[in-house]
Amino acid sequence: MADAKPRVKVPKSAKAGEVITIKTLISHTMESGQRKDKDGKVIPRKIINKFTCEFNGAKVFECDVDPAISANPFFEFSAKVNESGTFKFSWVDDDGTVYTDEKKIEVN
Amino acid sequence: MQLTRRQTLGLAGGAAALAVAGFQITPAFASAEDATKRIMEFTGGKEPTAGKISLNAPEIAENGNTVPISVSVESAMSGDDLVESVMLVADGNPNPAVATFHFTEMSGKAEATTRMRLAKTQNVIAVAKMKDGSVFSDTKLVKVTIGGCGG
Repeated sequence: MADAKPRVKVPKSAKAGEVITIKTLISHTMESGQRKDKDGKVIPRKIINKFTCEFNGAKVFECDVDPAISANPFFEFSAKVNESGTFKFSWVDDDGTVYTDEKKIEVN
Repeated sequence: MQLTRRQTLGLAGGAAALAVAGFQITPAFASAEDATKRIMEFTGGKEPTAGKISLNAPEIAENGNTVPISVSVESAMSGDDLVESVMLVADGNPNPAVATFHFTEMSGKAEATTRMRLAKTQNVIAVAKMKDGSVFSDTKLVKVTIGGCGG
């Protein structure tokens, strides 16, 4: 699905050692594989099955996602920042597509 | 033994029925046993104890399609006092698995929020696995007015 649009909220700046809150959302239908179309056929499963967040190359948060997560999956989590850098976010689709986003943060 | 035509047909029918049962992709609703089995796999057979972890979910969810749910675990998130992962399980969904969060020292706090689907009124269970191997869990009963699995 080409229209999966990630949206991420990261504070622009923080103090060193501060624990910040990050909110992420990606538009995705998260087809559970349980629903049937009007002919009674099962609509194949198509979900985001993994979400990861890295900061300057180090893993911050990761989530294995199952079909029970709602459409347009939303994740809120925290991260401890000691230095300025870039957060990298990635969402892995069942079809192999990886959606990514990046956010910079300034630490002083 | 000689197989009559009737017996042969009966056997073939039975085999076909078995094959259909075996390949059914959408099973009936998961039972609490499935959920327990999943938790045991996650903890490596350890019985989780109460405490440390708290699960926050609404008491009544009007729409089972998006139920906000958050977990937090008391931990310093450094050294040995570290939460490795938290698994969410719903014991009345077609598939009990919801999500598994993995934390690191960089997480700062073992807290996460997401939105989940609930097919009907059921228990949501959060299980935390710590670095030292101990496991904690918390359970919340969420009442669902409209189910969220498009059934």
